[in-house]
Amino acid sequence: MGEAGLRVRRLLPWLGLAVLFAVPVIVQRLGMPSLLGLATRIVIMGLAASSLNLLLGYGGLVSFGHAAYFGLGAYAVGILNAQFVSGDPLLGVIPGTDELAVTLPVAMLVSGAFALVLGALCLRTVGVPFIMITLAFAQMLYFLFVSLKAYGGDDGLLIRRPNVLASLNLRDGATMYWIAASCLVAYLLVCGRAMRARFGRVIAGQRQSPRRMAALGIATYPYKLVLFGMAGMGAGLAGALMANFSRFVSPDMMHWTQSGDLLIMVVIGGAGRLWGPLLGAAVLIGLETLLSGWTQYWQIVLGPILVLVALSGPGMRRRIGWTA
Amino acid sequence: MSLVIEQTLNGVQLSAMLFLLAAGLTLVFGIMGVINLAHGSLYMIGAYASAWTAAATGSFLLAVLAGVAAAGCVGMVLEFLVLRRLYASDHVDQVLATFGLVLFFNQAMALLFGRQPLFVTLPGWLSGTVMVAPGVPYPVFRLLIIVTVVVVAALMWVFISHTRIGMLVRAGATSRDMVRAMGVPIRGLYTLVFGLGAALAGLAGLLAGPIYAVQVGMGEQILISTFVVIVIGGVGSIRGALIGALLVGGMDTLLRAVVPGLLQMMMQGPDADALAGGIASMGIYLVMASVLLVRPRGLFPAHG
Amino acid sequence: MITRRTLLAASASAGLGTCLMPRSARAQGAKLKIGLITTLSGPGGYLGQDIRDAFQLAVDLEGGSLGGAPVQLVVENDAFKPAQAKEIADRFYKTEGIRLFTGIVFSNLLAAAVPDLLDNDAVYVSPNAAPSTFSGKDCNRNYYVVSWNNDSLHEAGGANAQRLGYKRMMLLAPNYQAGKDALTGFKRMFKGEVVKEIYTRLDQTDYAAEMAQIRDAKPDAVYQFHPGGLGIAFMRQYQQAGLLGQIAMTVAEPSMDSTIVTALGDSAIGVTVASHWNTDFDNAANKRFVAEFMKKYSRIPTSYASQGYDAALAIAASLKGTGGTFAGPEAFRTAMLPAKFDSVRGYFAFGPNQHPIQNWYALAVEKGADGKPGLRTKDQILTHYGDAYSAQCKL
Repeated sequence: MGEAGLRVRRLLPWLGLAVLFAVPVIVQRLGMPSLLGLATRIVIMGLAASSLNLLLGYGGLVSFGHAAYFGLGAYAVGILNAQFVSGDPLLGVIPGTDELAVTLPVAMLVSGAFALVLGALCLRTVGVPFIMITLAFAQMLYFLFVSLKAYGGDDGLLIRRPNVLASLNLRDGATMYWIAASCLVAYLLVCGRAMRARFGRVIAGQRQSPRRMAALGIATYPYKLVLFGMAGMGAGLAGALMANFSRFVSPDMMHWTQSGDLLIMVVIGGAGRLWGPLLGAAVLIGLETLLSGWTQYWQIVLGPILVLVALSGPGMRRRIGWTA
Repeated sequence: MSLVIEQTLNGVQLSAMLFLLAAGLTLVFGIMGVINLAHGSLYMIGAYASAWTAAATGSFLLAVLAGVAAAGCVGMVLEFLVLRRLYASDHVDQVLATFGLVLFFNQAMALLFGRQPLFVTLPGWLSGTVMVAPGVPYPVFRLLIIVTVVVVAALMWVFISHTRIGMLVRAGATSRDMVRAMGVPIRGLYTLVFGLGAALAGLAGLLAGPIYAVQVGMGEQILISTFVVIVIGGVGSIRGALIGALLVGGMDTLLRAVVPGLLQMMMQGPDADALAGGIASMGIYLVMASVLLVRPRGLFPAHG
Repeated sequence: MITRRTLLAASASAGLGTCLMPRSARAQGAKLKIGLITTLSGPGGYLGQDIRDAFQLAVDLEGGSLGGAPVQLVVENDAFKPAQAKEIADRFYKTEGIRLFTGIVFSNLLAAAVPDLLDNDAVYVSPNAAPSTFSGKDCNRNYYVVSWNNDSLHEAGGANAQRLGYKRMMLLAPNYQAGKDALTGFKRMFKGEVVKEIYTRLDQTDYAAEMAQIRDAKPDAVYQFHPGGLGIAFMRQYQQAGLLGQIAMTVAEPSMDSTIVTALGDSAIGVTVASHWNTDFDNAANKRFVAEFMKKYSRIPTSYASQGYDAALAIAASLKGTGGTFAGPEAFRTAMLPAKFDSVRGYFAFGPNQHPIQNWYALAVEKGADGKPGLRTKDQILTHYGDAYSAQCKL
């Protein structure tokens, strides 16, 4: 590769970032402001998928219950808002709030803590039982929120006014987009840094060969647990953003098909690649929008596509540079 | 008293359904090492095929045959076209491919039969009740489910422990590679076992049809309960599936019967019922979590 | 000046635009768009289908217009998911520029999707869902109901049970807003003893446990509210459990519409029903509606169909009053409130909370002349009846 080629490669991430943040301006110029909502959804789901990518792509842990943390983050915003509107503190002690600067961190903490607890249990198993257990625990949480009538139960929880952040108007599409995109970039920077550090090398090592790590005398369980927590926080952040974006929270957000969607995004975008899940989210949501405008049975097309992607296998995908 | 007997039978009937699904799924995993999310789709296919046949011919027997055959055939075709290529793959690819199949089958059924649920009319001799004890009537059809599953379980036991194919199945569950190394035509065995599991799922589906509505997505809810059964019982073990099914079915029914009453003593009205429903739905997952804490590989792990 | 870049941008946007815009939006024209969000799939799917078909029928009978305004109906399936209903409403409002909405079947979906629309000066005319919160303190100038407030329906049910002389009743309803409204409404009019109340889950299909409890409680009669497919499953299992014929059942119209009667066949005979409308009502508007509906769709209209049709007629009356255009929510309201249309149910007026004032009737499932069971009107239960919440509504 020549000098010029190298320079282009070094510029590429910056160019990508510039495009990412210019989306609201671009759609405005193109005269299609309705695309902005689509872009915001892609960025938020991309963030959720990125958090799953930590487990799936980097850790080799096939978690099939990731929507639980996503939904939990959304409910953190929804419940705090409901308490804020009613004026009663939660459980008599925690006051409600509609400050974005408070709700986002709270959502991350709640989801992260929950992921640590579930992770501690789930990591006792490997392989197929691990998949089934993560799925089953996510469904358990789903049922819990379905039955929580105080917060809407299966009817969901409406957030009539979005959170406030300084003097910004979160109802404004572009503002919401920029907040979501900033969160995504910040999260990816942290993850990218962690994966290049010793932590990331241990994670990669246990994915490639747990036996070798054991032989090296490294107990990988705590590392995997921390990874679970990081992934949970990312999903919680995405859920909190989604709650603010759609101003509606419902148990559907933690339904197992939502976990399936996240998994699809990671694999389509390329597992184990930092920016892959964003790409996967764009492909899946774009495909959904295009196909569903064409037929309400669009999943009949998506299904076989997924089968083909899966049959092509990770070996094939790695060969063409699709997966790290 | 009559309430206790009736609820106990309800629990056994739910366990029976779960066992039919879990037995097939756990065999498929035990022998081929594949996680198959589309198992619920086979359950749905069985239900649709039998509902459609019942409506078209009016014969219950034909409907039963159609349901089992349709699910079994679709299962074998799936194994031949898709799953066979996944045995050596990552679990991610297995999940992705079978998830794709779930989406495909759900939409295909919606396209073929519409989104309205189908209802199966039972023949007269099955739609009534019988006295299971003095003063305790119970629906004939639910009893039939229990009896059918007991018979099927017995047949499976004979098949697995007293036939040559059964021996290979057991051997395959214990050590896949050894069976292959002994020169057993493993591909045919795989297709057969998969077809068998699919037929069992179809049987469960067609039995569910007359009780619940036959509708798109009916397979997913019960599939997840089936996963819980398998994880509790130990992946790959038929005996584990049986014990797991009894535990889950019994626990679920017990909680549904008892919790609302308990909660109603503490709080009022609809909120109590909703919370009770939630706790009852969560109960089986809590059982699973506690089993895993003590035995991470389930109660009866198949592999050493 | 046309540079290459603007050309490129223009063609790209045109290309993308045609791909991404729903088909309905591409059919241009000065037609008034009405957003019909309804449930077309799942156990409640036929309810939305009947509302959509009957609404379309009213438009077709007027030659593609309502009240002189050429109308384009934009229909989308909410799949019985609150989040999806909300998402569709957002998209209709922002992308398609729709300001007039109707169609939602279930109260929980209405609670998710509609408030945001009302806040933003869009109008919603409900052909079915009417949760009590929106009838009382949360009533809204832009929100109209042509069906019935949830409670009123079951107040009629309670009055009917009272009329039939039942003393001990057992009540069952799914655990959501309409289910709670159902039991509250029933108890407001029923003076006997309520032996037991059970809230079932909205996604429940197996009622074995409930059947056991009904048998155990031995009430005079059961009052249950399970709309759509839930009702069919419930009635079947009631029959399979051998309770039918043992313990009487009385319901309100959503639990025994003509589709459920057809699905159940003879086993439905004897069930009594409280309703605001039936196919055999003897007025010109109803005769025309039933005949045209059967001609076009070859099936018996349910009460949902009658409500969809009435919703269209009410909108038409309002649009006619504003000269065949939609001239904003206030003008729409002025022309809407007199309710100058011939409702298929006979007497109809809007109460102070913009919910109907109407009569309620007792029906029973009986064998008809053709040997098939059908709903027959027996008696009038309540006259010019509104709802219990209109006093709380300050408009």
